Parts: sequence; structure tokens; C-alpha cells
Amino acid sequence: MNNVFGNKRAVLVFVGPALLIYTVIMLVPVLWSLGYTLFTGSVITGFEFSGLDNFAKLFSDPKVGEALLFTLKYAVILTVGQVLVGYALSLLYVFWLRKASSLVRTLVFFPIVLPTVAVSLLFQKMFEVAPQNGIVNEFINLFGLPSVDWFGSPDTAFLVLVVMDIWRSMGFYAVLLYAGLLDIPEEVMESARLDGAGGWTLIRRIVIPMSLPVLLSSIIFSINGTLKVFDSVLALTNGGPGSSTTPLTLLMFRTAFSYGDYGYGSTIALLLTVICLLVTIFIFRSSRRDLTKG
Amino acid sequence: MTTARTARLRRSLVPMVALAGAGALVLTGCSAGGGGSEGSGDGASEFTYLSLTENTAVADILTGLSTGACKAENDALPLKITNQPQASFDQQLQLLAGQDALPTIFAAGNTPQLAKDLNDNGQLLDIQSTFDDLGVSDDLLPAATSTIESLYGSVIALPTEFNVEGLWYNKQILEQNGITPPTTWDELTDAAATLKAAGVQPFSASGEQGWPLTRLVGNYLFRTIGPDALQKVADGDAKLTDPEYVEAAAAVAELGSEGYFGEGVGSIDYDTSLNTFTTGKAAFLYMGSWALSAFNADTNEIGAENIGFVAFPDVAGGEGSNAQLAANVGVPIAVSKKAYNEKVGAWLSCIADNYGAASLGDQGVLSGFTVNDDAVEVPPLTAELQTTIDESSDSVLWFEALFDAQATTTSQTNAAQLVTGAITPEQFMELVQADLGN
Repeated sequence: MNNVFGNKRAVLVFVGPALLIYTVIMLVPVLWSLGYTLFTGSVITGFEFSGLDNFAKLFSDPKVGEALLFTLKYAVILTVGQVLVGYALSLLYVFWLRKASSLVRTLVFFPIVLPTVAVSLLFQKMFEVAPQNGIVNEFINLFGLPSVDWFGSPDTAFLVLVVMDIWRSMGFYAVLLYAGLLDIPEEVMESARLDGAGGWTLIRRIVIPMSLPVLLSSIIFSINGTLKVFDSVLALTNGGPGSSTTPLTLLMFRTAFSYGDYGYGSTIALLLTVICLLVTIFIFRSSRRDLTKG
Repeated sequence: MTTARTARLRRSLVPMVALAGAGALVLTGCSAGGGGSEGSGDGASEFTYLSLTENTAVADILTGLSTGACKAENDALPLKITNQPQASFDQQLQLLAGQDALPTIFAAGNTPQLAKDLNDNGQLLDIQSTFDDLGVSDDLLPAATSTIESLYGSVIALPTEFNVEGLWYNKQILEQNGITPPTTWDELTDAAATLKAAGVQPFSASGEQGWPLTRLVGNYLFRTIGPDALQKVADGDAKLTDPEYVEAAAAVAELGSEGYFGEGVGSIDYDTSLNTFTTGKAAFLYMGSWALSAFNADTNEIGAENIGFVAFPDVAGGEGSNAQLAANVGVPIAVSKKAYNEKVGAWLSCIADNYGAASLGDQGVLSGFTVNDDAVEVPPLTAELQTTIDESSDSVLWFEALFDAQATTTSQTNAAQLVTGAITPEQFMELVQADLGN
């Protein structure tokens, strides 16, 4: 095998086609989009060089500020929610359900394989207030409380979005973390138990530190996914009411494709890329530090 | 590695490389054209129509014509209809235009600006001069062409509909509550209060779409400031944040705060708002005359004879009047310049001659074409509206007619918040004005 990898021509032959495809369908559009940030106009009206105008606009545009804030709020809350609920479920699988957990695991995992649009429609109907009450409002009415227009105000719309996305993804994180928990050697747990550790102490002293690497991987997964949230917002609230649940991705999409301003849309895309990059670097660095300590 | 193995490896690599290369070429695709069906330089080979998914009327009528009056034209150049949802229609159009692959005919987009851009870029057929050449200019109604001109600057679209807008009301509900059709804003709000007190939902409107609510704001402005109210804003001579403009938003917001639109107006979609009215659950519906097809249909539970129409009411002390009906051309159809050839010309002539009668006869909807068939049976409600149109002195556009795509989106997505009280009238107007940027 060393011979094959030592042969430059063989390397080229194996890597070349994939690299070519990757370059043409990934790198070229990325660079192309980067180039667009210096232009204004659309495919219909033509493009005009505008220097750094798009960047100046980016920093003074209240819509970008609002979308950025929403994106960060959503990413933080959802990451915490997804990972915490996922972790709690994985602990449940390992310590309480044990061998009987496969059915529960399958059921909890199920929503992740459903199409986002279908899940969004389901939640729209569940939280509906008009033309007829959804199941949630019916439940609230049981206690004599009035129906709530869940999608009518920013806070409640955000709440529904968070609940839906956590419900959708918790199974995935539970399975991911479950795999991490299974890796903890039984002997370590056993000796901890012999030393008198049980319940909460066992989790805090043994389980959490030993599952830290997979926990950090989950956080990276989650934060990068949630920063790029698009489909669930588009299908559930379409960014509304008003623009209160509009993340950067949706703003970028609308700016480029609905308003025909490709240059400014690309500039927003660049901002999103930089944020994702910074967050990833930050998490990688902190994780590396932790691992060397551990 | 032995020489023989190297040779074998090399031999097996050659087809692999070739395959990968070919695959890459296919994937990276020098795939010109895409959605278009245009031939090589000599116009369309199919009469492709890109329709709005939500609007089936035009597609239905064209399909009817293709097997009826325009059968010969259809045999020469077959009609092919594709659909695109309204929400992503402008994106699709931009994409096709960017690839120079526009369909033969297509709905002109959600905002007039897009069609103007396409026209400035030389991609649209000049309907006026083409119709002059084809000798069918007389088939276009002057009122419809003038509305198209005021929207696009020139006649670059076919007026497949000629709509007026106003308040449709349920005659029975109004009678039961002792209300006469309102002609002033005060009468309208009094009527709404009476209805609410009687347990009837006064208005049905789709907050999900937004425009049925912003239409009210626009009309209020036309009644208070006059027919040029929004032209002034477009020209930069006035701002939506001026007190007399904010007043309009406040008036509509008040209807919402009184609960006249019913519960969860922001989640009500277009069909639901229409159904609420046609099942007798609401007294008023602000809508265009395109809804006549729904009113004349069997699915209308309250019956067409039970529906009346009044223009948007006068506002006391205002410059405008309710003789000025809000008018539009519904979903105007633009024609690709590149796709135009003799066969397309034949189709357009046939449409010009027959569309008016087909639209009125099949759907009970008024179009911007003359009705060249005296035998067409006009439903009574449609005939009643025709009289109202004939009596009206002038027409006005709608709130977003002169806005760009961004201001239009902002206006329509925030409309529900305006009536639910989530944002104040001042904030609403500020948001829209910020996108107008002048």
C-alpha cells in the first residue's frame, strides 16, 4: 500500500476525479460567491462593481443585526436543548432501560428521518388556532384557559420552533451520546460503584468526564447545524411573524433570490461562514485543551 | 509491485480515469437551457406556459382553448404548462432569465419591477406593437392596457384578468343585522361593531398572505390623500411615516384590535379566508373580482345571489372618492421575445380573439380582452360587477404596486402583526419606508 501512496501518479488518479468534482461544484461556487460580494445587481439587470459598499451596508443594516441575533439565540438555545435532552435520554438508555432500550431508541430516533416539511406541517396543525383549534389549544382550553395564537407573536413562535427542533433531533443526539456512553469501560464503573459512588455522583465524577469527547463532538455538530438553520424555519414560520424568526440563512436567501441582490446576499453568506468558522475554531481549541488535561 | 502488476493496474486505471472524467463532465454539466424549451434561435418549439400554482384560471382557459378555438395553433405548437408556487415564482423567473431560458409565456411575477427589469434587458415581447402587426389590437380593452401601462410603463403583458377590488358582503347577514352596505368608513366600522356584538365575525382576511390587509391600508390612503397618494411616496415627495400616512395604518390596526378579523388572522391562508366568507362565517371580504369564479362555483355555500359588492368606502374629509375603484390586471402574462416566432404569433392572435369569451363563459371572470361572442352567458353577479365598473370614474392601484420586491415582502409579512397589535402603525410604516429607501 505504501508503494501505491508513494506513487504520485497513482495518488493523482485516485484523488483527481473526486478533487475535480469537489472543486467544480464546491470551491468554484464558493469563490464565485466571494467575488459577488464586491458587486451589486442581479442576473437580469447585470452586475456593477461596487467595492466594499456591501460590507458597509452589512454593518449598518438593522435587518442583519436582527437576523444575527436571532441566529445566535436559536443556535445557543437549541444546542443546549438538543445536547441536554439527548444526553438525558442516553443516560436513560444506559442506566435505566439497559437492554430494553432498543424500542425506545428507535421510537425517539424516528422523527429525524421524517421530512422537515412534514414535521413542520404537523406542528403547524398542532399549534393552530384558526380556522380550528389544534390539539395544544384544545388541551389548554381543558383547564379553562383561552386559546393562544402561537404563531402570532415572536416569543411564542420561537418557542414552537425550539420545541419542534428539539423533538426532531433529540433522538439523533441520544444515539450519538449513547454510543459514547457504551465506550466507558464497565470496570471503571464497577470500581467506582465499589468505592461507594452511586447515582448522581457516578454521573458527575465518572460518566460526564469520560464521555466528554463525544459530548464535545455533539456540541460542534449541533452548533454548526443550528447556525445554518433554514428548512424548519422556512416551513414552520416562514421567518414570521414579521421578520422576528428570520435567521441569517433565510435573510441571505431572500436577499439574493427574492430581491435579486446577489452581491449583498453573498456578503451575508460570508458573514455566516465567518461565524461558523469562528465557532468551530473556538470549540476545537477548547476541546483540545480539555482532552490533554483529561 | 511487479512490472506485470503495475501494467495490470495501469490497464485497469485507464478506463477508470476515463469514466471518472466523463462522470465529472456530466456532473459539472455544460447543461445549457435547463427549464426552457426554446429551439436554436428560431423561437419556441412548444408553447410553454409557466403558471402560478395558486392560479389555475389562466391554465384552465388556455387548456380549453387548445382543444377548442385554438386547436390548429395547438397542433402546430403544442401547449405545455408547468407550475411554480407563488412564493418562489420570482426566483424561478430570475433563474430562467439568467440562463436565457424563459418559457414562451409566463406569469409576469409578483412585483411589477421584475417584469420591468426583464423588459429593460430586452427579454420581453412588446405586446402593443406585436398586436398591431397581428391586427388584433382591438381585442385589448383600453382600461386594461392603461392599467398595464401604469404598472409597467408600456404594454408588455397580456391582461388575462381585469380585476376591480372592493368589499364583498353577505347580503343575508347584513339584512339580519339591519345594516345597509357601507359607503363611508364610519358606516363600515359601525357595521363591524354591530356584527361583532351580534356574534358574527365582521371581516375575513388572510394574514398569512398579508396583502388582503395591506390593500385596506392602501385604499384608505387613496380615500384620504387621493389617488396619487402612493405615487407621491414612490417619487419621494412624501413618506409613509408622515402622520397622514400612518393614520391609514392606524385605522386598519384598530379593526384588528377590536377583533374584527377573528382569531389567529396571521395563520389564515388565502383559501381559508375565502372559505370563511363563502360558508357564511364572515360578513365582509376584501377581495378582487377574480374571486367571482369561486363565488359562481357550486362550492359557494351562501350562493352567488347572496353576495353583494361595494367599493372601498369614503373617508370623511378625504380627497379621494369611492368612485375610484382599485383595479389590477390579476396575473398578467408576459411573452418571451426570444421564443417569439410565427407560430407563437398565431397562438397570441387566437388568444386575443377568444380569451375574453372563454374567461367570462367558463369562469365568470372579467378579462382585459374584448368578448367576441355574444352567446356567452354572464352570471348575474358578474354582470352586476360589470355595471359597477362601467359606472366608476377612475381607477387606483394597490398599496405595494409601486414598491420593489423587498418593500413588498416587508409590507406583506408585517401586515398580520399590524392588526394583531404586535407592532404599532408607526413601526409598520417605518419598516416599509426603510426598505423603500428614499
